[in-house]
Amino acid sequence: MNIAVCVKEVPSGTSHKRLDPATNRLDRSGDSELNPFDLHALEEAVRIREGGADVGEIVAVCMGPASAQRALQKALALGADRAVLVSDDSLAGSDIAGTAHVLAAVVAKQDADLVLLGQQAADADCYVMAAAVADHLERPVVTQVADLTVHGSGIRAKRQTEHGYDVIEAPLPAVVSVSDAINTPRLPSIKAIMGAKKKPLETLSAADAGVDAGQVGESGAHSVVRSVAPPAAKSAGVTIEDSGGDSAGQVVELLAGKGLI
Amino acid sequence: MAGLLVYIHHDDGELSPQSLGVLAKAASLGGDVTAFLAGSGVDDSWAGSLGGHGAAKVLVADDGALAGGLSQPIVDAIESPAREADAVLFGAGVVSADVAAGLAARVGSGINCETTDFTLGDGGAVAVRPALGDTVMVESSFASSPAIILGRANAFASEPTGSGTAPVERVEVTVQEWSSAARMAGREQAETGGVDITEADVLVAFGRGIGGPENIPVVEQLAKALGGEVAATRAVVDAGWTSYSMQVGQTGKTVSPKLYVACGISGAIQHKVGMANAGVIVAINKDVNAPIFEFADLGVVGDVLTVMPKLTEALAAR
Repeated sequence: MNIAVCVKEVPSGTSHKRLDPATNRLDRSGDSELNPFDLHALEEAVRIREGGADVGEIVAVCMGPASAQRALQKALALGADRAVLVSDDSLAGSDIAGTAHVLAAVVAKQDADLVLLGQQAADADCYVMAAAVADHLERPVVTQVADLTVHGSGIRAKRQTEHGYDVIEAPLPAVVSVSDAINTPRLPSIKAIMGAKKKPLETLSAADAGVDAGQVGESGAHSVVRSVAPPAAKSAGVTIEDSGGDSAGQVVELLAGKGLI
Repeated sequence: MAGLLVYIHHDDGELSPQSLGVLAKAASLGGDVTAFLAGSGVDDSWAGSLGGHGAAKVLVADDGALAGGLSQPIVDAIESPAREADAVLFGAGVVSADVAAGLAARVGSGINCETTDFTLGDGGAVAVRPALGDTVMVESSFASSPAIILGRANAFASEPTGSGTAPVERVEVTVQEWSSAARMAGREQAETGGVDITEADVLVAFGRGIGGPENIPVVEQLAKALGGEVAATRAVVDAGWTSYSMQVGQTGKTVSPKLYVACGISGAIQHKVGMANAGVIVAINKDVNAPIFEFADLGVVGDVLTVMPKLTEALAAR
C-alpha cells in the first residue's frame, strides 16, 4: 500500500498575515512553514507504517511557490520517503477549485491507495480540500477523522459531527482528512532532518503535472475577490505577559471591575 | 431554474438549524428560493413544511443510497439541480461542507467558505467572509455559476419566516458506484445529561494546552473558585479526555456566558464560533500568536498550569 499526503505551505504563525492590496492575494513574502494541520496527516501516515501495515512508500504532494520546497523538506524529515512539488507561475492565484484540480492531477500519478490531508489550511480556514480532491479522483472520502484503522483492503474511520460520532468504513483507494486530535505529531530528529536532504524532491510544472490550464491560476479562478475591508470595530483587548503566575492579580482586578466576581 | 438552491441538511429527520438559517437569509433577498432535501422515505408534508422557513419550492431526492448520512451520494443527487442554479447555499456542518466541496469539484465552481453574508445581484452572487483570523472581511464574486456558498456556523439565525407549505417536487437520483462505496458502520449519539453548559454564567474551558487529562482537576478548581462550570474543545473530546456534552464549538454547543475563561485553547475558528458571544473572554495560553488573543478581552501569555492555580488562589483570598 502506498500513501500520499497532501501538504501546504502557509505563512508561519510568527509572521504577520496580510493580503497584498495590489492583488488581493495572501502576501506570501514573509516567513512560511508547513501547515500545522498537515503534521497530523504526516504523523498518521508514519504511524500506519509503524503499526505493521505493508506501506510501500509515503509521498508528500504540494502545490505552491518554489519556497514550498522548505515545507516539503520538513515533510521528508517527518517520514515521507519522497516529495513532489507542483510549482508554476500559471498556478498563482488559483482558488479552491483550481487547487483541488491540481492536487488530484498529481495524486492520480502517484499510485497511492490512501490519500491523507490535514483537516484544514491554517491560512484559509477552509476544510473542503479533501472532499473536493476525492470527487475529482472518484474515490470515497471521510473527513475530520479522529481515529483511523487501515486493514488489508479498506479503512475504518471515526469522526465527530454535530450529533456525536460516526464510524465509517470505506474500501481502498480512499481519501481521508484527519482531525488535529488524531495524534500528537513528533518532532523530527537531527538525523531525520539531515536524512531528508538525501530523499528525492521532484518539482513539476503545471504541464508536467497534467493540469488543465483553463482551471487554474487567477484566470481560471471561479471565485474572485472584489474587495477587502476591515471588520466591524471591536474594542481591542489587553494582552499581558505572565511570569510565574504574577498575572493573577490583574485578572482578578479585571473580573472584579466588571462585576463578575 | 435560475435562482438560489439551498441544501437542507438533516440528521435522521432532524433539520439542521444552520441550513434553516441560510434558507431564511436566502428568502430574505426577495427571489424564489428552492430548498433541497435528500434522504430515504422522505415524507412530502415534512418536506413541504420548509415553506415555513422561506422555501418557495422543495426538491426531494429520495433513494435508499441517501439513507446513510454520507456526503458523496448527496453530491450525485444535487448535481443536476445545482447546475441550473445561480448559487447553491449550505449551512455550516461536517456533512454539509463535504457536500459543498464535492459539488464544487464536480461542477467546476468557485466555493466561498466561512460565509457570513451574501447577496444575489445582476452580476450574480456575492459572498462575504472574515479571513486571516477575522482581521479582514473579504467580499468575493463568482466568474461562473453556480456559486457555491458555505456558511459559517451560527452566522445565520434560523427563525421561521411563516407557516406556509411549499410545493414538493421529486427529482431523479442516480448514485454512482464509487460514491456509495463508503458506508456508515455505526453511530454514537452524543450523551445527554450532566451539566448543561449552555445555561452557565461562567465557563472555564480547556484545550490540549493543559497538557493532559491529569490536569483537568486544576481547571475544575478554577471553575469552582469562579462559581462556574467546566467546558472543553473538540480536540480534547476527540482525544477522549472528557465527554462530548462539555464541548464548545462548531460540532459542539454554542454558549454565551457572562465570563469565558479559555485555558490552553488556541482559538481555532471551529471553537470561536461556539463562544465568540461570551460577555468577557479571558484567555491563558503560552503561544503569543494563538488566534484566541485576537478576540480575548484579556489575554495572559504564560504557562497555563502556573497561571490557573495562582488565579484560583487569588480568587480564594478575596
